[in-house]
Amino acid sequence: MRLVINKIVLLLSTLSAVVGLGFLFWILITLTIKGIGAIDLHIFTNDLVNNGLRNLLVGQFILALIAVIIGVPIGMIAGIYLQEYSFGSKYAEFIRNLSDVMMSAPSIVIGTFVYAIVVNPIGHQNGWAGAIALAIMMIPIVVRTTDDMLGLVPKELREAGVAIGAPKYKVIFDIIIKAAKVGIMTGILLAFARIVGETAPLLFTSGNSEYFTLNLNDTFPSLTVAIYNLATMPDVELVRIAWAGAFILTLFVLIINLLGRYIIKDKK
Amino acid sequence: MESIFRKLSSLSATLILILLSAIFVVLFLYAKPAIKEYGLHFLIDPRWDVTVEVNTPKNTDKIQKDKSVTASSNDTIPTDSEDIAVPTDSEDIAIPQDDEDIAIPQDDDDIAVPQDNDDIAAAGDVQAETNVKTVYGGLIPIVGTVLSTILAMLFAVPIAMGIAIFLSEIAPPFIAKPVGIAIELLAAIPSIIYGMWGLFYFGPLVADVFGGSSVSLLVAGMVLAVMIIPFMASLTRDSMNTTPNVLKESAYAMGATKFEVIKDVIFPYAKQGIIGSMILALGRALGETMAVAFVIGGVFSFPHKLTDPTVSIPVVLANSFAESSGMSLNALFYLALILFVISFAVISFAKFYFLREKK
Amino acid sequence: MKKLILGAVIAVSSFAYTINGTGASFPYPVYKQWIKSYYEATGNKVNYTATGSGTGIKEVAYRHVAFGGSDKPLTPATLKKAKLYQFPTVVGGIVFGYNIPGVENLKLSEAAIKGIVLGTIKYWDNPLIVKYNPNEKLPHKKIIFVHRSDRSGTTFNFTYYLSKMSKTWRHKFGARKLINWPTDADGRGIAGKGNFGVSAAIKTNDYSIGYVDYADAKKNGLKMATIQAADGKFVAPTPENFAEGAKYAGFDPKKDFYKIIAYPKKGYPIIASTFILVPQEKIDTDKKVTAFFDYAYGKGDEAASKLGYIPLPASVKDQIRKYWADKGISPK
Repeated sequence: MRLVINKIVLLLSTLSAVVGLGFLFWILITLTIKGIGAIDLHIFTNDLVNNGLRNLLVGQFILALIAVIIGVPIGMIAGIYLQEYSFGSKYAEFIRNLSDVMMSAPSIVIGTFVYAIVVNPIGHQNGWAGAIALAIMMIPIVVRTTDDMLGLVPKELREAGVAIGAPKYKVIFDIIIKAAKVGIMTGILLAFARIVGETAPLLFTSGNSEYFTLNLNDTFPSLTVAIYNLATMPDVELVRIAWAGAFILTLFVLIINLLGRYIIKDKK
Repeated sequence: MESIFRKLSSLSATLILILLSAIFVVLFLYAKPAIKEYGLHFLIDPRWDVTVEVNTPKNTDKIQKDKSVTASSNDTIPTDSEDIAVPTDSEDIAIPQDDEDIAIPQDDDDIAVPQDNDDIAAAGDVQAETNVKTVYGGLIPIVGTVLSTILAMLFAVPIAMGIAIFLSEIAPPFIAKPVGIAIELLAAIPSIIYGMWGLFYFGPLVADVFGGSSVSLLVAGMVLAVMIIPFMASLTRDSMNTTPNVLKESAYAMGATKFEVIKDVIFPYAKQGIIGSMILALGRALGETMAVAFVIGGVFSFPHKLTDPTVSIPVVLANSFAESSGMSLNALFYLALILFVISFAVISFAKFYFLREKK
Repeated sequence: MKKLILGAVIAVSSFAYTINGTGASFPYPVYKQWIKSYYEATGNKVNYTATGSGTGIKEVAYRHVAFGGSDKPLTPATLKKAKLYQFPTVVGGIVFGYNIPGVENLKLSEAAIKGIVLGTIKYWDNPLIVKYNPNEKLPHKKIIFVHRSDRSGTTFNFTYYLSKMSKTWRHKFGARKLINWPTDADGRGIAGKGNFGVSAAIKTNDYSIGYVDYADAKKNGLKMATIQAADGKFVAPTPENFAEGAKYAGFDPKKDFYKIIAYPKKGYPIIASTFILVPQEKIDTDKKVTAFFDYAYGKGDEAASKLGYIPLPASVKDQIRKYWADKGISPK
C-alpha cells in the first residue's frame, strides 16, 4: 500500500512538472511565433523612434543593473542581519513581516511612492527614479530568500566556525553564505526576473524615451514601458515590435539565469 | 571589521524598515480623505463610483480640499496647494447643455446631470442645483482579491510542490538542471505578456472547457497560478536540496519509501524555506496588477460563479489610476492600504500557523 | 536617406532639443509617427509616454512635462486656474464593433442604440433592430454589451454622445469616464481593458456588441455598424464620414477649443477629438511644442489617415495657429 502511494505521488509530481513545462512552452511558443518574425537587424540598430529596440534594450539593461546594485546588497545584508545577528528578536520578526507585506505591494503603489519622493522633488521623470523603484521591488524577495536560505544552513557549520575563533562576519561570509549560495542566487535571479518584467514602477517614474540616451536625469527608455505602450496599439507594426521586445526580454533573463548559476558553480 | 559589518547589516535592516514605513505613510496620507469620508463602511460597501442623492446639502466646508489637489496638505506629498490647481474631473465637463452647442436642435431641459464627480469639494461649486455625492466602496475588489488569491494558491501549491519534488528527488541532474531553469523562466515573462496570452489564448480555452466568460475570476486565478509557480517551485527545490544526505539515507535504511522520506524528513527539515517560498508567492498573487487586469473581466460585480468576471484591488488600481484625481484617487489609495492590511494579516497568520514549532 | 543626412546635419549644426509629453494613449500611434518624421526632418526629439489623460493633465499641471495629452478637454475656467493653454490635434471615430455570426451589415437606429445601452432591448431579434435590417438573419439571442473596464476618455466621449442623443441616458448617467452599465446588472456585460481589451472581447464572444475606437476596430477586423446620425440619415463608420462630422465640430479658440465634438449635426455622430495642454508661462518650451505640432499639421495628415485617425479640417488648423500667435507661443 505504501508503495502504491509512493508511486502515485511520484507520478503526480512528474505530471506537475510536465504541466508546468507545458504552460511555459505554450507561452514561450506564442512569444516566439509572434516575436521572432519581427526580429531582424533593423530592430537592433535602430531606436524606438525608428521602430527599433536598441535604445530600449540598453536602457532596460542599465536600469536593471542599477536596481541590482542597489537592491541586492541591501537585501542580502538585511537578510543576514535578520538571520544571523538578531535571530529571534521581536524587532527582526517585525521587519520580516513588513518585508513580506512589501512583497505584495502592487507595482503601481511602488511607482507612486517613488514618484512622490523622487520625481516630484526633481521636477520631472528621470531614470534614477525608475531604477530606485525597481530596486525597492527586488528587496523583499532578496531579503526573504537570503533569510530563509541562511536559516537552512545547519547549526553545526556555524558552531564549527566559532569554535576555531573566527569573527562572526568571517564565519558568515566564508562558511554560511557559501553553504547557502545556491538558494540565495535563486532568490536574486527570481527577483531580477521579476523586476525585468515590470511596467508600472517605471511608467510613472522614468517614462518613455524614443531615443538612445544614457542620461539618467531625464526620461529614460525601457523595454517594458515600451511594450506596454505598443502591445495594445492598433498599429500592426508597433505590436510586432512589442512582441519582439518581449521575446528578447525573456531570452535576456534566460541568459542572466545561466550566467548566475555558472558563477556560483563549485569549481573543482 | 566585525563591528563595522554588524553596524552595516543593522543599518540595512533599518533602511528597509524606514522604506516600508515611508510607503505606508505615503499611502495613508493619500488615502486619508477617503478614510475620513467613508470610514469603515468602505469595507462592506459594494458600490463603486456611484452617484447618490443626498437629502442634506453636502457640507463642503467640512472637507479639507484645497483647490482640488489630490493629497492632504500637511506633509511631504507634493501638494503645492497654493500654486498648482490640478484640474479634477468634476471641475471640467458640464453635461451637454444644448444652448452651448451651435447646431443641435434645441432641447428644453437643462438640468445638470451627474458628472465625473471626483472632487467632492468642487462638486459644491459646479453642481449647486443637485445634491449628489459619489460613493466609493471597496467590498467587491476586496472579495475579488481574496478569491483570486485563494484560487491561485489552490492551483499553484500542488503543482509547484510536485515540480519541486520532481526536480529535487526524481529527475537525474541532466534533466533537473534545464527543467529547473525553464521553470524559473516563467518568472521572467513580462506580466503584460501573461495578460495578453491569457486574454487571447488561455481565457478562451478555459471558457470552452468550463463554460462562462473568457475573462473571469477563474481565468485570473489560473493565470496567477502560472505566474507564481516558479517562485514556489524553485525555492522549494533549493530548500529541499539543503536536507543533509545523512538524514535521508537513514530514513531509507529503515525502509521508507521515497514519498515517506519526502513527507517526514525533507519537508519538515526544509519547512522554513518552503513556507517562505509560499509567502513570496502569496505576496505576488495578492499584488499582481497587469496580468490580472487583462483577464479578470473588470466588471464591478460579485462573481456568482467562478466563471463570472469581477475585479480585484490591483486591477481597480490599474484601471483607474492613470485617469483618477480627487476623491476617486483617494479611494484608490484607501484600497491599496486595505490590501496592505490584508496581506499583513494573511502573512502573519500563515507564518504563525505553519512555523509554530521552530527549532 | 537624404532626409536623414539633412536631419543629422541640422541636428549637429543647430541646438537639437528634447521635449517630453505624457497623457492619453488614444493618439499615441499617430504621435509616434509624427515624432519620427519630425526627428528625421529636424533632429529635434520629442518623447511621449501613454499613461492616460488624467496623468497627462496632472503632469502638465505640475509642470513635470512640456505638454500633456488629454481626450477630455478642460474648460476655460479650469485652464485659467491651472494656467494652461489647450488645442486639439487629431480626431478619431468611435464605432460599434459587433460579432453576430452571419450578419454582415448591421444598421442601428438611434432608438435601437438607446435600447441596447440602457438595457431595454435584450435580444437581437427585437423589432427595433429588425426594422432597419430586414435582410439580415437576426437570431433570438441575448445581446452581450462590451464596455471598458478602465476609466477612459473613449467612454467619456461615447457617453457624451449618448447624453446628447438620449434624454434618458443624460438624466440617468451623463458623460463619465466610468459607468455602471445597466447590462452588467442584467448579466449581459463584459468589460475589456483598453480599446484593445474591448476588441478582443467582441472578437471572442458571439452576439456581442461594444464601442471601440475606429483604429482598433479596423486593426482587429471587427464588423462595424452603420448608425443613424443626428440628421436622421444612416452613415457608415468611414473616415470620410468622420471627417464630415468633424467639419461641424464648432471649435472656438476664444474658449480654448473647449468642445466635445460628439453628435455633430451631420456626418458620423460618434467622433472625438484629443487635446494638448501646455503651461502658459513656459514660452520657450511652448514654442518648441507648437513647432512640433505645426509640423504635424502640415505634414502629418497622411500618416494619421493611414492609421485610421482623422486630421483636423484646414480651417481648424488655421484657428489653432492664430490661437498660438495670440498667446505668443507660435513656433519660431
